[in-house]
Amino acid sequence: MSTELLDLPATRTLTIGKALNDGLRRAMEDDPKVVLMGEDIGRLGGVFRITDGLQKDFGEDRVVDTPLAEAGIVGTAVGLAMRGYRPVVEIQFDGFVFPAYNQIVTQVAKLHARSRGAVPMPIVIRIPFGGGIGAVEHHSESPEAYFAHTPGLKVVAVSNPVDAYWGIQQAIACPDPVIFLEPKRRYWDKAPVDTSATPEPLFGARIVRGGDDVTVLAYGPMVKTALQAAEVAAGEGRSLEVVDLRTLSPLDLDPVVDSVRRTGRCVVVHEAPVTLGLGAEIAARVTEACFHSLEAPVLRVGGYDVPYPPSKLEEAYLPDLDRVLDAVDRAMEF
Amino acid sequence: MTAVRNETEIDIGEAGEFAGPVPGAGAPHLPQQPDLVQLLTPEGERVENAEYPLEVSDEELRGFYRDMALVRRWDAEATALQRQGELGIWASLLGQEAAQLGAGRALEDGDMAFPTYREHGVAWARGVDPLHVMSLFRGVDNGGWNPVQRGFGLYTIVIGAQCLHATGYAMGVQRDGAESAVLAFLGDGATSQGEVNEAMVFAASFAAPVVFFCQNNQYAISVPLERQSKVPLYRRAAGFGFPGVRVDGNDVLAVLAVTRAALRAAREGQGPTFIEAFTYRMGAHTTSDDPTRYRLAGEVEEWKLRDPIARLKAYLSRSGLADAAFFEGVDAAADELAVRIRRGTVEMPDPPPTAMFDAVHAEQTPHLAAQRAQFEAYQAGFEGGAE
Repeated sequence: MSTELLDLPATRTLTIGKALNDGLRRAMEDDPKVVLMGEDIGRLGGVFRITDGLQKDFGEDRVVDTPLAEAGIVGTAVGLAMRGYRPVVEIQFDGFVFPAYNQIVTQVAKLHARSRGAVPMPIVIRIPFGGGIGAVEHHSESPEAYFAHTPGLKVVAVSNPVDAYWGIQQAIACPDPVIFLEPKRRYWDKAPVDTSATPEPLFGARIVRGGDDVTVLAYGPMVKTALQAAEVAAGEGRSLEVVDLRTLSPLDLDPVVDSVRRTGRCVVVHEAPVTLGLGAEIAARVTEACFHSLEAPVLRVGGYDVPYPPSKLEEAYLPDLDRVLDAVDRAMEF
Repeated sequence: MTAVRNETEIDIGEAGEFAGPVPGAGAPHLPQQPDLVQLLTPEGERVENAEYPLEVSDEELRGFYRDMALVRRWDAEATALQRQGELGIWASLLGQEAAQLGAGRALEDGDMAFPTYREHGVAWARGVDPLHVMSLFRGVDNGGWNPVQRGFGLYTIVIGAQCLHATGYAMGVQRDGAESAVLAFLGDGATSQGEVNEAMVFAASFAAPVVFFCQNNQYAISVPLERQSKVPLYRRAAGFGFPGVRVDGNDVLAVLAVTRAALRAAREGQGPTFIEAFTYRMGAHTTSDDPTRYRLAGEVEEWKLRDPIARLKAYLSRSGLADAAFFEGVDAAADELAVRIRRGTVEMPDPPPTAMFDAVHAEQTPHLAAQRAQFEAYQAGFEGGAE
């Protein structure tokens, strides 16, 4: 058993990738039932190196290089979970989750309900998601709505190293299946992480910048974009309140509702196509809760309703701070 | 902690296909058992196989050398272009030239091939312009060729998905009463995918005219073959109810003979065949990969001795079928090709951003048309230096 983490200072500057690695390591030290499974996660350490070094320290029974078969990875995780293990599976890229979609939707999501609680499903499905890395097809998808739409699953998206470090441990400790979305283009973003702190709850939104004019909601990779937009807007005399949603299912909209009741305006940002995306659900709920406070309709900024384009076009496809500010302008002018 | 990987408990058959484990290396060495079809030894000696007689002209033999040398040069140029930032990524075929050209040249005009994302040699054999492959890896489009016209499907990145398409296409060929066959490409890792197994079930059940051509290059990124299969891959076919054959994938003549025979059998209504082309990925999985993390340099060195191009060159030279002038001519042609690929790639224009809205549907929806118009208006707002 590794004691590598014990020798390090409590607060250290970590990338999101390294924070996940440390979080996984700590979860594995804390609970011998935690088993990691995925393609190339062992000797290679994963294509993004999130599991780097873990097979060496915890062995091949706990960090498993699986056959190349996503349905197999998730389906066997179901069996392991039934047997008392806590499988943490890595789907190599967002676009490769779909062979496992059947297992996730028909089995992982439903077994607890089908067995009236007799069968626990403490599975974490880690998925690097989103675009912006210049990749080829199927490497830049944002599939969160498929999972958030499926009753029985919990879905979270981290945006920073602190949430990555704690979030992965909390997801593993969670008795329910968690789709754990990692913003792949932000894997190398750094921040100090206090590993002796008391973490915030996993399933809660967080206001990451206070403001008065417009409430901007984002999660995963778009939180940074929203904060950049808020910075630029401040220079133009506009005050944006930015909320990191953090949890997509269940949604934690209490802080959002409080915020929108103050600002009267709300913009939701995500990379996924806008049609039937998270923004649609949020717009409906915010409208129901804040109808009399709203000065403008809830606006959505997201991907267009087209297949994720070849990388030469992804800059035009992905929401950036200009598109966020454009929506802010429209909300203000309404 | 090694219970999962205990090779000694597994009965792998009488021939002992997997040699003793090499520390740090998972790939088995080249099998020496008699069921490996070989027509050209690694030393360039022509040998006969009674089951696979091969009629091939001197011109065709020289053509194979030229094809393989040019495709290798293309591959090297593409790797260099990626390193220089001109491609997003490149999946090298280094070492698999014989498997791909042998299979690609076995196809006839009316046949259809369904590639993975590494079949540059097959693309070449089907007459696809290399720049139409480069545009994919540059991020300009998802492959610039017309799959129907070329008889060569678009590259498929999701592992194994194309195998079902190949079987379905073959079922269509069958219904049309056409005398053509379908060649489905896959790798060793793909054999673990459910969809690949379903493709083989369908192919067997309907005796579809499809040949599964598996390039066993020993690794699925970092994961060695032994994690995908405890039996030699070609033996899986028996379980599905059709023949499986293992061919030396670095022997272009053997690959040609075996694939031709399988495609002919498919055209004649004898149903599918599974071909395991035993080869080796000499390079990284892609330019994003670092193979030094999972395999030993010695293993690569060992496979260099079985180089597919060197052995054909040795044969051509020794048998007097090609002289120094021929090889110099091929080198010059390769250099010309590299220049054309480099220039064509570097000068390739970016597509207009509105291209992403086009061809999403056969019939454009009013919603998407409106979204396209909004996008154009939004983009126009930046023109004139507003940004």
